[in-house]
Amino acid sequence: MPLDQSFTGRTYPPTEPYQVGREKIREFATAIGAQDALYHDLEAAQKAGYRDVVAPPTFPIILSFAAMEQIVTDPELGMDYTRVVHGDQRFSYRRPIVAGDELVVVSSIDDITHRGGHDFLTTRAELATPAGEPVVTVVCKLVVRGHGE
Amino acid sequence: MSEMAFEKGQQLPLQTFRVTRADLVRYAGASGDFNPIHWSERTAVGVGLPGVIAHGMYTMALAGRAVTGWVGSADAVLDIGVRFTRPVPVPDTDEGTEVEFTAVIKSVSEDDLVTFDLTATCAGEKVLAQARVVVKQI
Repeated sequence: MPLDQSFTGRTYPPTEPYQVGREKIREFATAIGAQDALYHDLEAAQKAGYRDVVAPPTFPIILSFAAMEQIVTDPELGMDYTRVVHGDQRFSYRRPIVAGDELVVVSSIDDITHRGGHDFLTTRAELATPAGEPVVTVVCKLVVRGHGE
Repeated sequence: MSEMAFEKGQQLPLQTFRVTRADLVRYAGASGDFNPIHWSERTAVGVGLPGVIAHGMYTMALAGRAVTGWVGSADAVLDIGVRFTRPVPVPDTDEGTEVEFTAVIKSVSEDDLVTFDLTATCAGEKVLAQARVVVKQI
């Protein structure tokens, strides 16, 4: 059954603040093979004007992926996650994330369309400080493959 | 901080990244994405894939590395977006596979925002579409 398009525009409650750790940034950077000093070396980051080490561009997926659980497990929406394919992904920054940041995620459903037997779901995660400073917008488009293949 | 000034139409040199099963396991742990299609051959084949495939987000992270590499600045990316068009199969060998990136400069704005249009290929097939990255040229 196609996803209920009336869920478009739905916004989910904010997550608990996520504490961006220096070692988590280093671990993520190492996992993607990025050896840049800004991601690893506190002194280099501070010399470049940052309070602490800087996160690589796709780091916020850790937060947005976890926050998207609210959507994909929403029993009212009823997504079959075993049929979900990652379609598009985008990160739009106001400023880089640095270790020590606390970030709250607010997830929304921006669009649901149904075509060719598949559902297309656009989710948006706004990452901001607890004080409300916007930091990065994460948009993720998911395809829920239909059963008619 | 940028090592070069970019011009519209400029072609960026090829960058190649090797991807092995060990990389996928490490990425699963670091990112929290433990979907078994990225580490279990049995599961991947069971859902109709050719075998274990890389996380799309791993390929996207490599796109970020390619751009920060061309720019020479790890914190330059303001906007990065991709469409995942084809999986990146990663065989269980020491060599794994390779993902290759090239790019062309689509535009340079008056306030020095540089837009890269990326091409990512694995075994000659495009694995990303609409791969666009905006950086601030300093």
